[in-house]
Amino acid sequence: MSISRREFLKIAGASAIVGLGGISAIDILLPGQFEASQLEKNPKALIGKRWGMVIDMKKLDEETMKKCIDACHRIHNVPNFGNPKDEVKWIWKETFEHAFPGQESEYMGEGMKNMPFLVLCNQCDNPPCVRVCPTKATFKRSDGIVMMDMHRCIGCRFCMAACPFGARSFNWRDPRPFVKEENKEYPTRTKGVVEKCTLCYERLAVGLKPACVEESKGALIFGDLADPTSEIRKVLGLRYTIRRKSELGTNPSVYYII
Amino acid sequence: MYDGWKVILGLIIFIGIVTFPILYDIGKASVPPPEPKIDTPEIQKMVEKKCVEPKSFMKTEHMVLLNNWRDWYVREGKTVYLTADGREYNISLANTCMKCHSNKKKFCDECHNYAAVKPYCWDCHIEPKEGGQT
Repeated sequence: MSISRREFLKIAGASAIVGLGGISAIDILLPGQFEASQLEKNPKALIGKRWGMVIDMKKLDEETMKKCIDACHRIHNVPNFGNPKDEVKWIWKETFEHAFPGQESEYMGEGMKNMPFLVLCNQCDNPPCVRVCPTKATFKRSDGIVMMDMHRCIGCRFCMAACPFGARSFNWRDPRPFVKEENKEYPTRTKGVVEKCTLCYERLAVGLKPACVEESKGALIFGDLADPTSEIRKVLGLRYTIRRKSELGTNPSVYYII
Repeated sequence: MYDGWKVILGLIIFIGIVTFPILYDIGKASVPPPEPKIDTPEIQKMVEKKCVEPKSFMKTEHMVLLNNWRDWYVREGKTVYLTADGREYNISLANTCMKCHSNKKKFCDECHNYAAVKPYCWDCHIEPKEGGQT
């Protein structure tokens, strides 16, 4: 039996309509199982448009710095491998010439030259690490935090190559045995993922400021850069501040008062 | 039939190899089906023993729920899950799920071992210490 073009088109059209109708009928009759559930934010959560930080080096002494670093690394189960090759760090000390390369001068005082600066992920507004991530494991949240989704990280380390601040560390080995006291409320990482500071997103979600800010006795000022009435904006308006490698155009959200 | 005995011998060996797994298992007790336990102190305390969603749903779809929780919490920053009957839960595997189900060996592993699935949750998330104290 042969079929004319006219007949063929009729059948094709009719089956297309039946097919599309069938799909939408399934959607109507069997709605998604999570339809009834809702999601909320914790009412206590800190809400911002672009979180940022000012680090006042005049108020920050070495002891406080150590406290900030210890608090962060303790809360987030950051391992201590005891050798710089495998080192994992979220917040750490850096010399002036490493923190602000190009801004040092040969006549700079020894005090400034050797002063340790507290550095962490700059939570850039234009983050190169996010641009290069092939799996969107690292992404920018709507509140400006550059976040890591460890479930998606495949350990390609493109982000480490892209970050001009060295803020990212790779887990060359299983970090579990090297976490001194585990914080049971926060996961560790696994071998083969990249990690970094996430500006304590888990603390912001329950209304707490980042751990380092809490430990700093006022030397670290945390707030919303997009809110002109915030404390951080007042400080930025009054004091002269510099940022790390701002000439690269990543627009860091961490400011320093020298 | 040329070389009949070779063909027949080959067939017998072939059938022997192919049916070996079935013959090997004959007469052996089958692996008992898993019986996940929910007798943790935290669950015993509850007046109405209710999980986040109904038991039947959790039994078959808990992995879907956990995947969704993960994406909502990590990627969308939504931290509280509101059930259809109005109960609120903080989205967290270690701090919500495992606070009640603190018996990972008898609750999670029981079925996962039976079904030979190896979820990688515990590579990162810290499992509760057995014996009730988290």
